[in-house]
Amino acid sequence: MRYHPHTEGDVREMLEAAGAKSLDDLFRSIPAPLRLSRPLELPPAADEVTLLAELRRLAARNDVEHPPFVGAGAYPHHVPPAVDQLLLRGEFFTAYTPYQPEISQGTLQALFEWQTFVCLLTGLEVANASMYDGATAMAEAALMATRVTGRSKVVVSAAVHPEYRKVLATYLRSSGDRIVTVPYGADGRTDLAALKAAVDQETAAVLVGYPNFFGVVDALPEAAAVAHAQGALCVSVTCEAVALGLLQGPGALGADVAVGTFQSFGNPVSFGGPAPGFFALREEHLRQMPGRICGATVDKQGRRGFVLTLSTREQHIRRERATSNICTNAGLCALASTIHLALLGKKGLAELARVNYARGRLLAEAMERQGCPSVFSGPAFNERAFEVGDAEAVVERLAARGIAAGAPLARFYPDDPRLKGALLCVATELHDPELIDLFAKAVRS
Amino acid sequence: MANPTGWKPDMEKGAASAARDEVGLGHATRGLAFEEGLLFERGSRGRTGVSLPKRGSEADPARELPAELLRPEVDGLPEVGELEVVRHFTRLSTWNWGIDTGFYPLGSCTMKYNPKSSEALARLPGFAGAHPLAHPSMAQGALELMYRLERALSEISGFDATSLSPAAGAQGELCGMMVIRAWHTARGNPRKKVLIPDTAHGTNPASSALNGYEVVPVKSGEDGRLHPDAVRAVMDEDVAAIMITNPNTLGIFETHIAEIAEIVHAKGGLVYGDGANMNALLGVARPGDMGFDVMQFNLHKTFATPHGGGGPGSGPVAVKAALVPFLPLPVVAREGERYRLVTDPAERPQTIGKLREFWGNFGMFVRAWALIRELGPDGLRSTAHLAVLNANYVRALLADAYDLPYGTDSLHEVVFTDKNLKPTGVTTMDVAKRLIDHGFHPPTVYFPLVVHGALMIEPTETESKETLERFCAAMRAIAEEAATSPEAVKAAPTKPVRARLDETRAARKPVLRWTPGMKVE
Repeated sequence: MRYHPHTEGDVREMLEAAGAKSLDDLFRSIPAPLRLSRPLELPPAADEVTLLAELRRLAARNDVEHPPFVGAGAYPHHVPPAVDQLLLRGEFFTAYTPYQPEISQGTLQALFEWQTFVCLLTGLEVANASMYDGATAMAEAALMATRVTGRSKVVVSAAVHPEYRKVLATYLRSSGDRIVTVPYGADGRTDLAALKAAVDQETAAVLVGYPNFFGVVDALPEAAAVAHAQGALCVSVTCEAVALGLLQGPGALGADVAVGTFQSFGNPVSFGGPAPGFFALREEHLRQMPGRICGATVDKQGRRGFVLTLSTREQHIRRERATSNICTNAGLCALASTIHLALLGKKGLAELARVNYARGRLLAEAMERQGCPSVFSGPAFNERAFEVGDAEAVVERLAARGIAAGAPLARFYPDDPRLKGALLCVATELHDPELIDLFAKAVRS
Repeated sequence: MANPTGWKPDMEKGAASAARDEVGLGHATRGLAFEEGLLFERGSRGRTGVSLPKRGSEADPARELPAELLRPEVDGLPEVGELEVVRHFTRLSTWNWGIDTGFYPLGSCTMKYNPKSSEALARLPGFAGAHPLAHPSMAQGALELMYRLERALSEISGFDATSLSPAAGAQGELCGMMVIRAWHTARGNPRKKVLIPDTAHGTNPASSALNGYEVVPVKSGEDGRLHPDAVRAVMDEDVAAIMITNPNTLGIFETHIAEIAEIVHAKGGLVYGDGANMNALLGVARPGDMGFDVMQFNLHKTFATPHGGGGPGSGPVAVKAALVPFLPLPVVAREGERYRLVTDPAERPQTIGKLREFWGNFGMFVRAWALIRELGPDGLRSTAHLAVLNANYVRALLADAYDLPYGTDSLHEVVFTDKNLKPTGVTTMDVAKRLIDHGFHPPTVYFPLVVHGALMIEPTETESKETLERFCAAMRAIAEEAATSPEAVKAAPTKPVRARLDETRAARKPVLRWTPGMKVE
């Protein structure tokens, strides 16, 4: 076995040194009835040639010939090969939590750079070193808001990603906090009158998508004003972070907390995971922020260096009083985003966002030409819902041609008759104008 | 040419002293290392590191979007070319320790080698490029892989079904406790308390507290084990569950587990198993056969998936049949030759719901499944055998140099303390930092909390006998050095790019992001 370097001679000598008669003898502390007396029922070991062939066959059963026209929380983007080649450097790859900062400066500095990128893009003051994903980041933001305000009601827009709202519901079930969902209007934005009616002195947080699940740029400044009028925190939720290259950072529009995922930067869609969640907020709430935080400091010789800090909020010390039970983050995925953002830089990010916006418009125009108008009238970034008739049938039909067509919204909103024939589709830099045109025609034919 | 100074180097003597001073027992030396500033401190206006396609349309966002929502560009972003970026991160990588660089005996974190074939496979376009919402007919390969992994994990752990969705071990704990709470609630009473032994994992109390439970600590015995009487004394009808790490964080098997499970079950409680140390049991024993009702895996530990900087993890949760209806969604179902995801709560009305977006950390599933396939049943058992052999070998080689607080049999990890070094003033932290100069990553220090000045060593099965011997020689050299020149040990580390860092200052005066003109020195 190539991962087990022991020779028979090694094993013999080591057993002797350890005072054991056999390998089984090493397990004598496990009572015999609790031991497994048969081999595990698993397929026999595969050599490397067989292993690679077998998994290649499995991978080939996934149809990824064309870039998907589905976004809905996982966005197909070009990842420059430089990202993965740097990520694959073994020193980045396996270094676990940087418990020994002197020999983890590479990872720690990269996390500090990630935190800076998150702050710059969100327009907020501090960020953590990444979360499991966007959905749990949002749930943690809601929990944090209840701690900060001492209130127990959370108001969430129905236009926030439905999967995120499901995770929120799971996280809040045990805490006893209440969730109130407010509807969206015909423009796909949060219904402000309904929001105003729902937010009161019991409200800890108002959660709004930016852009929201429909790809619509929601009314974040107005939602923030409603939240602040009642002393609640405003939380913005961003799944397609490329949009932040074109849109104002949520912090500049009144959001107190910005969460979401940077999957769009440097991370493949990978059937939905992993991807780095982000979490940014105003400095006043820093000590209530969940997750790991990297900070700058100096070494004995006065040179700048980086460490994990403020860990008294974490499980290490207060255990049952910790701000969250999070132990790991998505450090490697955060590094991939950091490298991609470094490559993009100021000019590249602005341009990438504009390419995405332009491709989204091309898609809208092509779909309209095919008689599939946009469902919502609100301003969009690169994703839109289109009226296509029988959305499930379209998805099925295009799947047979190797195209992932979109997300039928009725799956997520079975009670809204307006969305019966709605298909949520995205166009990014991967979808060139010709492909977009072919797609729109295929949806109709 | 004549030597104008008359000085004659003594080459041999010089080389010998250099070797003595500069080469650690793990062969650590100083190399050519570069100082590297922050990304934001370099570059020049107008540079970029990407090559983007044309927009393809003249559409102007200013016409559709309100002006107050737009920004022309993000202030403060760096402007660097591809080579600058490549050099920056390549240089940063050389400041890091990784398992590919050297031995990484971090206890309870199971830092084993990550097979390169797993990486190649996770990058296959069919896996990396599969959209989670693509039609199931376009994702049969991904679904089949998830199905096979689920079946394998259930078999390895001795449970009936496994949910793959938790994103990390701690989220697996949270999930497991939610399942337990839901099971109790369905029977009419969620109960109030959770018992947690002092040898359990660090996140266990927080995972219980997040589920609204009061945490009741239980003391382990003098042999480092949990004893039935200690559990009996605190077990009552208000206790929802006990959370046990087995083998525990001392590397000791909880020999009384079956009896403890009986005590807890008799009062209507459930037994939660933290599977972080599952590496010691692969193919040898199964938690599901010992009385556990729920257990989480840590795929990144036991089945070696990369987690640079602390993640991504993956924490599948395995349960007994009675708890299956409560598992989070989705689950993968096999119907004939086809696979599909069960995502609709109508099919699983008692589900605790959803724990993360989409289906879990699929990229980690590919890597874990590849390793399980390559090891097979015999290889998995060998993994446990050799991991435990390595830990016991280290224990034997160090037992006379460091204090062993528990004489109880060790499985995959062994805990020492700095007690013997007390007269020298050298502490566990100093030993850890000095190990770096020798070319070894330090073990876990000051954990578990039940041991004063703990050094927890977990070699894992992927390390050779020679590596362990060099590591133990370094540990012994440090113990000797502590007696003869303690100040040298306390000055460590001297070889990395940074000397000891001021962690107190970082917490007192937090600097958590770059700002223009930032100076920390």
